[in-house]
Amino acid sequence: MDNAITLVNKKHINLWPAVLGGGALIILGLVLGGVINQYIQTVLMFIGINIILSASLNIVNGYMGEFSCGHGGFMLVGAYTSSILSVLFFTKSPWLGAPLLPPSSAVFLFPLVIIGGGIVAAFAGLLVAIPSFKTRDDYLAIITIAANFIFVSLVNNLEFIGGSRGFMGMKTTIYAMEDVADLPFTLIWTMVFSTLSVFLIRRLMRSTFGKGISSIRHDEISAEIMGVNTNNMKIVAFMVSSGLAGIAGGLFAHVLGFINPSSFNIMKSTECLVMVYLGGMGSLSGSVLSAVVFTFLLEVMRPLQILKWVIIPLMLILLMQFRPEGLMGNRELTDIFPKLKPYFKRRDL
Amino acid sequence: MFSTLLQNLFNALQWGSFYSMIALGYCLVYGVLRLINFAHGDIFMMACYFAFFIASWFLGNLAGMPGPIIFGLTMILTMVATSGLGLFIERVAYRPLRKKGAHRLYVVITALMLGFILENGNLAVLGASSRRFPDMFGKIVFQFAGVSLTNYKIIVIVTAVLAFALLNLIVNSTKIGMAMRAVSYDKFAIPLMGIPLNRIITFTFILGSSLAAVAGILFGMSYPVLDPYMGMIIGWKAFIAAVVGGIGDIKGAFLGGFILGFIEIIVVAFFPSSYKDLIAFVILLVILSVKPTGFFGVAKSTKI
Repeated sequence: MDNAITLVNKKHINLWPAVLGGGALIILGLVLGGVINQYIQTVLMFIGINIILSASLNIVNGYMGEFSCGHGGFMLVGAYTSSILSVLFFTKSPWLGAPLLPPSSAVFLFPLVIIGGGIVAAFAGLLVAIPSFKTRDDYLAIITIAANFIFVSLVNNLEFIGGSRGFMGMKTTIYAMEDVADLPFTLIWTMVFSTLSVFLIRRLMRSTFGKGISSIRHDEISAEIMGVNTNNMKIVAFMVSSGLAGIAGGLFAHVLGFINPSSFNIMKSTECLVMVYLGGMGSLSGSVLSAVVFTFLLEVMRPLQILKWVIIPLMLILLMQFRPEGLMGNRELTDIFPKLKPYFKRRDL
Repeated sequence: MFSTLLQNLFNALQWGSFYSMIALGYCLVYGVLRLINFAHGDIFMMACYFAFFIASWFLGNLAGMPGPIIFGLTMILTMVATSGLGLFIERVAYRPLRKKGAHRLYVVITALMLGFILENGNLAVLGASSRRFPDMFGKIVFQFAGVSLTNYKIIVIVTAVLAFALLNLIVNSTKIGMAMRAVSYDKFAIPLMGIPLNRIITFTFILGSSLAAVAGILFGMSYPVLDPYMGMIIGWKAFIAAVVGGIGDIKGAFLGGFILGFIEIIVVAFFPSSYKDLIAFVILLVILSVKPTGFFGVAKSTKI
């Protein structure tokens, strides 16, 4: 035993970057080699977006133990912000006129546009974070639902960005990028952003800040007595969560090329909830796994059309009956396969 | 000016009646089980469809009957059918989880998912064409002082008030109502006192579903186009109304429904109707941020 520990400690190898980078390179190679067609690329992009969504909602619903059901609203804010920025800067549109920057600069500035959407969405998260100081449980759930409805009906009423007819033109940015270099840019950025957000959440949750967020789930009052500034934690948790949802929304908008408010309604939020609870509350690898499984299921069941939305809820109900902790519970992949531990563990833990 | 105001007042009372009746259903279940029964909006939707089929059958097969009798029969049968649905959901989905002592959140997720199953199952079985609710008796319009009232509007408002009065009587003055209040007060001491917990819960679901059934018939009569997703948005809003009133107290839920009805009608009177949801929800958000327990709710102290 003692030997094993020293052996483990000597290795200190962190395999995450290698695994993810390798995987991304393999996918990229397959795409460029023409092995993966457009359809599978789209599915991969949706997997990436769903990973961001489920992992970010897991911060609030899993680690912090609150019940937020308005994730789609923040996605909407991010999607619209980044779409408007992208159309404003890189494309010629009848509404916003000539591009402010040469369209080819989108190659470098595209991530900034997406991050811009994330930042605005993070501030939109304050709308939920501030009431959460005084409110808990069911009442907070209502506030998040109300926030979702507010964002959707706000955009529905903003005629100058299309209102309920939706907003489009983001594909032109993508084409401008592809004119510079013939690469699958949306796929690349989706993979980059989903990997980065998983890293961000992992680091956040392992820091003392993250422990503070978890302490709210365990016992908020005790945490406060022990000197945890719970209001601070809540602001950070909600802002990170909604900001990442905004990033996912921006990517979603650029993958589809068309958005309208009703695609971010309470159904979208419910999809996010399903992914979090399918994976298990407070398990990051669970969230990633369930995002993959869920997207895959949606695609497999596409021929069933509307019955799909009967079968998926039914599966979740059965899951709640027989395995309420989700796929992973609050464990990580390394808890299930302890042999992986030395490769994924950080030195200072 | 005055007649417009009065007209809007009656519209708001009618619109608020629907929210109130659905909010009462949320409130009853929440009071007893501490469970947000997210499927309740869809139980209301199913009630509309039950009423639609029952009323159509009666009108087709008992054509000579006077309208009020058909209305009464439809009401009773719809209440039975909807209670059956509510009980089925309770038995199949909620009770097993309760027996296992699962976390409240899992029950909430189950409720959300049941709502989806009802909506989309309905869509899959009955198809996407929206249906027209049959007229059970003719619409009579009364005019006075520039205000027009239909008999439907009066029936809706009167029924909502009567339903609330009856419910209030049951909860506050009967033995089973006392048991319901007791369950809401302390769930763990109840079995020790010899009160059959499951029977109380069953009764609560029957009450809540019957209210949804009444709301469903009246809604179908007033706004005769049915579609499978009609229950979702009205259910969410009724739930928010219940919370604003203070969930867990039937007076609060009843008033909350009317408050929401008034807000929406006033907004529609002054702004384009698409601003209805926006302003209603912003006001609700403000109310909840200032007074998180709602108007009638009691703040619960948490023990450490």
